Amino acid sequence: MRLSLRAITTEAKLLLIGIPVLIWTMLPIYHLVLFSISPKDSALSGKLWPDHPTLDNFRKVFLQQHHYLDHFWQQMWNSFVISAATGILTLLVATLAAFAISRLKVRFGGLVLNLALFTYFIPAAFLAVPMYRTMGLYGLLNNQWALILAMVTIASPYAIWVLKQASDKLPHELDEAAVMDGATPLQIFRLVYLPLMAPSLVAVGTYALLLAWNEYLYAFLLLSRDTDVTLSVGLGNFLAADDSPWELLMTTGLIYALPPAAIYYVFKRYMVSGLTAGAVKS
Amino acid sequence: MSLTATSAEVEAPPAARRPMSAAEAWGLMMLAPYVLVFLVFVVYPVGYGLWLARHPASYVHLFEDPIFTRAIWNTLAFLLIGINAKMLIALVLSGFFVTERVWIRWLSLLFILPWAVPSIPTILSIRFMLNPEWGIVNSLIFRLTGDDGPNWLNDPTLALAFSMVVHVWKSLPFWTLILIAGRLAIPADLYEASSVDGASSWQKFRYVTWPSMQNLYLTCTVLSMIWTLGDFNSVYLLTGGGPADLTHVLATLGIRYLRLDQVDMSLAAVVCALPLVLPLVFFMMRRLAK
Repeated sequence: MRLSLRAITTEAKLLLIGIPVLIWTMLPIYHLVLFSISPKDSALSGKLWPDHPTLDNFRKVFLQQHHYLDHFWQQMWNSFVISAATGILTLLVATLAAFAISRLKVRFGGLVLNLALFTYFIPAAFLAVPMYRTMGLYGLLNNQWALILAMVTIASPYAIWVLKQASDKLPHELDEAAVMDGATPLQIFRLVYLPLMAPSLVAVGTYALLLAWNEYLYAFLLLSRDTDVTLSVGLGNFLAADDSPWELLMTTGLIYALPPAAIYYVFKRYMVSGLTAGAVKS
Repeated sequence: MSLTATSAEVEAPPAARRPMSAAEAWGLMMLAPYVLVFLVFVVYPVGYGLWLARHPASYVHLFEDPIFTRAIWNTLAFLLIGINAKMLIALVLSGFFVTERVWIRWLSLLFILPWAVPSIPTILSIRFMLNPEWGIVNSLIFRLTGDDGPNWLNDPTLALAFSMVVHVWKSLPFWTLILIAGRLAIPADLYEASSVDGASSWQKFRYVTWPSMQNLYLTCTVLSMIWTLGDFNSVYLLTGGGPADLTHVLATLGIRYLRLDQVDMSLAAVVCALPLVLPLVFFMMRRLAK
């Protein structure tokens, strides 16, 4: 193989983009990792690699050896429970709605879909204030259900949209054949529809789960007790003090960021196709 | 299938005269959970919010608050500068990432990370990098020049600019991914034909790529603007609205009033955001309905 001058310049041009992209992407994440493996003094010295890397910070976080970390495991568990509940409930609500709209062609289905899409476009931060007020009226403030229900409300519209798009692609002959065999809509839903929709259901469930896991604003508005909040709010509380143990904050942050990153890579195939298909259709 | 067609199909049959079929009954039952969620957690809160925000006095207070007018300008700067910079970079990078190289494929796996991981740890990491005393940025400046670097987040303009940088860092991968999908949908023979005609890479972009992508690009820009209007994290976690409340955007300002127990001001701020949000939302709805 002969490397022409032209090929070398092309490669050099690509590297000229690739290297800055790598640094840009990884710098804040590397910084997080750097702090998590640095002893306290070294973390603040501005070195790019600690003289004595250590896992001591992880030990301190896991053993909750700082008053900021008193509820670390409890908050981790809260994050887990709230995300799992959001994922399951969103799937339930959205799958039923998408089936009714797309397969049963129910009356008002189109209207509901339009309203859902409208909700999806309204920025969630603007819904936060009215929702906070009404959660108070419903007596749900400081109850984890408030956060779960808020996240289901935010995740459902997009979930319905993506599932409806996927569901429209299934051939109608399937339903007709099932009806000929005497299947009720519920049987069609359970035996025909759900198995065929499995990949989209994985994408949508993961989307809702990650949305809830990563959420900060709603979590800190709707919950306040240290034993109720999610890990993201626990992390935000570090900000309150001037003498925050930054190396422990970064370590906790890294631990908190690992599950979503792992889940993303495991379900990458479904996520990317689901998202690119649903987010922008044109 | 388009949205308008769907609603037409649903509304067209003379449903009222026909007895409800079993399928219809099932359909309504299956639609009910979402409709319930929508009524209880969207319609009622928004309606109640608008009701609470009905007093003109709140708006007078709001417009007398210099922090509010500042937040409007910050929000507009975010939309015009932040979003357009982000989308242009995404457009360029989508071209870079469709180039077939093994190392570019590996890089694309890492590139998605900012979007996949939660905001709070990474934004706090960036915040600490900019710390004037211990941050890594000023350490490097000190080592290179022997001078102390600036107190980055203490200058309102710089702090707002860094909020935009954080926003771009966080959401660039998502939009690049969407634009990559757009580029991959362009038929390869268009490029082959233009190669035969001896087109330069700029000409290929100008006459092949851009005409096929411009609709997608516009849609993405508008959608990104809508969501950025509600971007609370980038500003709140980096600057907290400071210094001296000069970097607030509408999304963080509403929450600030709420925290100060000025609920009517808070809701009024949300209402004031509507003239910015609604035209964009309607634009998006129309595009999706096409």
